[in-house]
Formats: sequence, structure tokens, C-alpha cells
Amino acid sequence: MGITSYIILSLTLFTIGIIGVLVRRNAIIVFMCVELMLNAVNLLLVAFSKMHSASTAAKASLTFASDAQIFVFFIMIVAAAEVSVGLAIIVMMYRNTHSIDVNFLNRLKN
Amino acid sequence: MNLSTLLFILLSVVAVGSAIMMLLSKKPVNSILWLIVVFFSISGHYVLLNAQFLAVVNIIVYAGAIMVLFLFVVMLMNLNAETEPAKNYRLHLIGIISGGSLLLVLLSAVMTTNLQQPVMLKIGDAGLINKLGKTLFENYVLPFEISSVLFLSAMIGAVIIGKRD
Repeated sequence: MGITSYIILSLTLFTIGIIGVLVRRNAIIVFMCVELMLNAVNLLLVAFSKMHSASTAAKASLTFASDAQIFVFFIMIVAAAEVSVGLAIIVMMYRNTHSIDVNFLNRLKN
Repeated sequence: MNLSTLLFILLSVVAVGSAIMMLLSKKPVNSILWLIVVFFSISGHYVLLNAQFLAVVNIIVYAGAIMVLFLFVVMLMNLNAETEPAKNYRLHLIGIISGGSLLLVLLSAVMTTNLQQPVMLKIGDAGLINKLGKTLFENYVLPFEISSVLFLSAMIGAVIIGKRD
């Protein structure tokens, strides 16, 4: 399995996330599309790590090829923290406006 | 075509199909359930790449904790009714066209680049917990400890934002 297949799969998932952010107006679904984009990036990082672990530099060092997977681990940590704060903001927005339409929040525009 | 290729194609089709279904579903609860399917298929990809620790963490953190949080919020707000506002089909078309052209540009850039490196499937110990633990606690101790401060501040922030006043 070449690296190109993984790049294509990750790009497809990432673009689906972008289209979701652009098209949907429900704030929760927009937020879920951000999570989908993060996961596409994670998948590509793990694939690159496994591509990298065949190189000679990875065989010489003990912890060389695991760096990308540690990076994915930290992305998951930041995503968990982000989701907790973001959902609190969405709940507060629903409590104030009784709507979760993201287009409703355009007061900063004028 | 061997078994790994077959599994890769199957998991990719499930992931992309459920991601599209997540966009197309009307009810937020259905979208969340489809996103859980996407996360499970991405975990399957991790297992296929022999990154078992990340596969388990992905299921526990994403499919377990984060999506349950989403489900809680949706049920708390009683959003299961049709709450999507009136559609603007012109904006839908513009969003789909711009996203599709982004995909087209990126795919053509990838296709014209000559990438030949294979990905090691089902072998290698880079994703096993032994090596990951060594890497994490030898090279990345400080970010690991800082992430606990991040979690604490996120928890306090969520409580303060969500407090009724």
C-alpha cells in the first residue's frame, strides 16, 4: 500500500469537513466537521510515521519513528480540551439566543 | 489484491461514505452517530497500520468521550426536532463547488508528485505502547505535563462559561 492512497483518503475526509463547515448552519455539526478534519490529519500523520519507519534513520534511532504518533496523541489531547470549551460556548449561545444557527452570530459584522 | 489492500479499500469506503452521510443527515443525532462510524473506521485504519495504542485511544477519547459529550448537548437542548433553519441553496452550491475545487487542486498536486514510498502495514513496532511510552517519557515529558495544565484550564473554563448567572 503506497503513501499516495493514504494522502488521497485524508484529503477526501478533510475536504468533506471543509464542505460541512461551509454548508451546514447548525453550530454543533460545524463543530463535528472540525473534529473530522482533525481526524483526517491524524490519519495522515500515522501513515507518514509508518512510511518513515522503513528508513535507515529510523532503524538507527530508538524513538525516531514514534514522534509522529506522539504528535497525534497531543492532537487528541488538545481536541478533547477544545471540545469541552466549545460545547460550553454553544450551550451558552443557545441559552442566550435560543438558536444554534451560526449565521445568527453576525453582530460583529457591522 | 491481498487482504491488506482489501481491508484498506473497505475501511476507506466506510469512512468516506459515513462522512458524507454525516453531512446529509437532517437530525443532529443521526449526524453524531454517523461520525462515530467514521471514528471507528479510522481506528480500523490505525490497527491496519499497526498503531494499536492510537487505535484504542481514538476509540476511548473520540468515540467514547467526545461524541458522548456531543450527544449530551444535543439531548440537553432537545434539538432532535427539525431545527435546521431555512436553506439557502445558492450558498450550498457555492460551498460544494469551492470545496470540490479545493479537493481537485490538492489531488492533482498529489498525482503529479512522484511518491513511491510504501507504507509498512501490519509490521514494525513504532506504534506499540512499549516504544511510544519510551518516546513520550524520554523526549516529551514537558509537553505531557503541560497538557495536564491545559486540561485543568479547559475544565475551569467550561465550568465558568457554562455557569448560569
